Amino acid sequence: MPFVPHTDEDVAAMLGAIGAATIDDLFDEIPRELRIGELAAIPAGMAEMDITRLMQARARADGQPLCFIGAGAYDHHIPAAVWQIASRGEFYSAYTPYQAEASQGTLQLLYEFQSMMTALTALDVSNASLYDGASALAEAVLMAVRANRKAKSNRVLVPRALHPAYRRVLRGIVESQGIEVIEAPFDRQGGHTPVAALDALVGDGGFAAIVINQPNFFGVIEDVDLLTDWAHAQDVLVIAVVNPIALALLKAPGEWGAAGPKRGADIACGEAQPLGMPLSSGGPYAGFLCCKKDLTRQMPGRIVGRTLDLEGKPGFTLTLQAREQHIRRGKATSNICTNQGLLVTAATIHLALLGSAGLERVAAACHANTRRLAALLCEIPGVEPRFDRPMFHEQVLRLPAPTADLLHALAAHGVLGGFDLGPDYPELDPALLVCATELRTEEEMQRYMTTLARVIAARTQAKCPVEPKI
Amino acid sequence: MLIQEQSRPGRRAAAQAPLYSAEVSDIPVSARRAAPLVLPEVSELQAVRHYTRLSQKNFSIDTHFYPLGSCTMKYNPRACNTLAMLPGFLARHPAAPDSHGQGLLACLFELQEMLKEVTGMHAVSLAPSAGAQGEFAGVAMIRAYHRARNDSARTEILVPDAAHGTNPASAVMCGFVAREIPTGSNGDVDIAALREAVGPQTAGIMLTNPSTVGVFDRNIVEIAGIVHAAGGLLYYDGANLNAILGKVRPGDMGFDVIHMNLHKTFSTPHGGGGPGAGPVGVSKRLEPFLPVPLVVQDGDDYRWVSEHERPQSIGRLTAFGGNMGILLRAYVYARMLGREGMKRVSEFSTLNANYLMTRLKAAGFDAAYPQRRASHEFIITMKREARDLGVNAMDFAKRLLDYGFHAPTTYFPLLVPECLLIEPTETETKEELDDFVAALIAIREEARTNPELVKGAPHTMPVRRLDDVRAARQLDLAWRSSANCT
Repeated sequence: MPFVPHTDEDVAAMLGAIGAATIDDLFDEIPRELRIGELAAIPAGMAEMDITRLMQARARADGQPLCFIGAGAYDHHIPAAVWQIASRGEFYSAYTPYQAEASQGTLQLLYEFQSMMTALTALDVSNASLYDGASALAEAVLMAVRANRKAKSNRVLVPRALHPAYRRVLRGIVESQGIEVIEAPFDRQGGHTPVAALDALVGDGGFAAIVINQPNFFGVIEDVDLLTDWAHAQDVLVIAVVNPIALALLKAPGEWGAAGPKRGADIACGEAQPLGMPLSSGGPYAGFLCCKKDLTRQMPGRIVGRTLDLEGKPGFTLTLQAREQHIRRGKATSNICTNQGLLVTAATIHLALLGSAGLERVAAACHANTRRLAALLCEIPGVEPRFDRPMFHEQVLRLPAPTADLLHALAAHGVLGGFDLGPDYPELDPALLVCATELRTEEEMQRYMTTLARVIAARTQAKCPVEPKI
Repeated sequence: MLIQEQSRPGRRAAAQAPLYSAEVSDIPVSARRAAPLVLPEVSELQAVRHYTRLSQKNFSIDTHFYPLGSCTMKYNPRACNTLAMLPGFLARHPAAPDSHGQGLLACLFELQEMLKEVTGMHAVSLAPSAGAQGEFAGVAMIRAYHRARNDSARTEILVPDAAHGTNPASAVMCGFVAREIPTGSNGDVDIAALREAVGPQTAGIMLTNPSTVGVFDRNIVEIAGIVHAAGGLLYYDGANLNAILGKVRPGDMGFDVIHMNLHKTFSTPHGGGGPGAGPVGVSKRLEPFLPVPLVVQDGDDYRWVSEHERPQSIGRLTAFGGNMGILLRAYVYARMLGREGMKRVSEFSTLNANYLMTRLKAAGFDAAYPQRRASHEFIITMKREARDLGVNAMDFAKRLLDYGFHAPTTYFPLLVPECLLIEPTETETKEELDDFVAALIAIREEARTNPELVKGAPHTMPVRRLDDVRAARQLDLAWRSSANCT
């Protein structure tokens, strides 16, 4: 019996103590007519060696193609120590640290994580994480609308140059609470969100908050100072959506805007996946959420604080629980009752191993590799950069043929060429979003270029033969 | 000591970053970071030693009996972790084409099918990332269902007073008002109060069965009849699915929508607070509203279905469609158990709970519902001990830590005073349960002879009892490089 330790003698002794004849008797309060027989559609059990064989075959079937997709999930180096330590049973199989004295390991680690995230964002407070970047944004918007009573508005301004999936998740979660999401356009030349376009959207309703995405979904670096100052001039709260690796190079949300008492984004959130989490087809990842001090009590999710024990020794505990569902029930700041503990464990170890110098090198290498990749691909006739503004580690390219067809042909050669922007941005079609992290080598980028040149040539040969400039 | 306090300028784990500094001069200075980034500067060994030592300050299933009620802290098989972390699964990008994910999709599709079978539901989506997100999705589907029928009067969700706090919080997040229904003295929902509460304003009811008081609600069929007759839907909170796996199914009880906690029933790790996975199952009439993405089979191939093919879907809950690595662990676990193993889960978790309750009753402790069978968990109330000995449930809980047992859930559900909610799970031995009984008896004896010893517990943990009031009043939520702890 897998994972059940009972011997026949145990069962007999236990039933004897209870005064029941059979285990089945223990279910006698369940109405008889509801009881079921066989779970016919479930296969028989497997030994570990058999399931291992099956899973190895399936993992092999998925292969390990050469990946140039970013679009919200990034292929970074993960130090070997990260998951060796995070997989230790003491982290892996512990629960939410309700018994603080028996959970100091998890609690101290979460406090260190919160400290690292406040350092990255230059904000005062961080929570212990949320499900992922998109759901963290939804929580940030709910939080901002609750907090900004002065605005008397339930409208939120969101750039069209924000990840399409983030916009969908946001609408799905906040619209049932009467919040309206308005989209700010992007500049067709630069790919950024121009401040000039925002005034026309204010109208009579005003805004409770604006979302600023740095870098934005196209990889383009936004004018965060201008956008922040525009928002603060009319009491609109600023929610930054940021990439934690980019924060090693780019201005931290707490530094956005002109100097003064309002300086900085009010809330920052994003996807922590680049910090030690494998791509894993999209999860589990972790969302992070930071804010200025005066918004602390509007924050959803777990928060760890440092305090003293009864001997005056420092220790860590979950705090501000009066915001949470298990105390406040229907009046809680959110229904969330977990964080992504294990992923945060990985992120914290990852950041400790990288340090500020390491993280800066990773960020710079990603930036340089993507520039190099874009330059290589643009040697192919018909391939050119779509936007003229500086980018961080992703770039939009215009293509000489339908993106989906080219990606399909590339995949057949074992190259995942990027993210097709066509379905979400028909106005840019055909356009491809590419990314080359620090892991991509010159040889791999050359391979992408020659493969793309070949599939473009094969497509266009019939109509007008193109000789790649290589 | 914090990792930040071990930092020394210029020290690095140099093997973990590129060996070169790349050029970034094309990024305008105005967009660059102004103040220096302060992260720990430590060697690789320092980081490894620090986090290994921190891990040793935790209780966990791998190291201790962890009878935390309502959390199903059973053994997390190591194979599930190893096989979910095979390189082919880890390296796959979420936007990779389905052609490069047939292995993953096969596992997910089969998991969907197994969950349908074991819950008796018509269709399943694996998208929700946790139980609370599954609840949100479930209630959002109830809302979408009534809206699709132009029934806008249904503004209330009924929630028993014993329910998890997430239930009313999820209802409110979906724009509903949560209305409480009392629990009768026998632990079942108060039927008369339910009849009075339902009406044209009722969107649905959220139930956990077996409930959080550790008993199976015997009137479930009648409850379903009352709510359905009023035009409402039934939501099943799968927190306690471990108790009934393979014995009785929410779909057969009349539930329209359910969420499952794979981190409980299907033994994926709790990870110090997450990640979880909270798939939702629905009856036929709610299928169009399921969250995306879903996995379908087309001939020999599997593929994702997204919002384009499901116009009535409540949509996407996270950017990429769920905690795949957790779903893979649950899949491996389900395949190892098989149909017989799943039944044994409920049988032996129920046997362990009833045995433990019987032994504690015999030792003179008070069960909250002594006439009832325990499900996979049960409640002991320390009301008498608190009154007679001045030692309350929390004191017992803290002293248990000194005896090498993680404490049961304390002070939940709120309707039972001084309660310990105890869930031993099926993976514990009889010897472990006997030792736990002996510890509680010993602590009670200490409470009689030396109550201060118990009230001052724990004594053997890395810290003594912590000042929670100070933590909330003098907020210290992050280490700062200067002006620390002001």
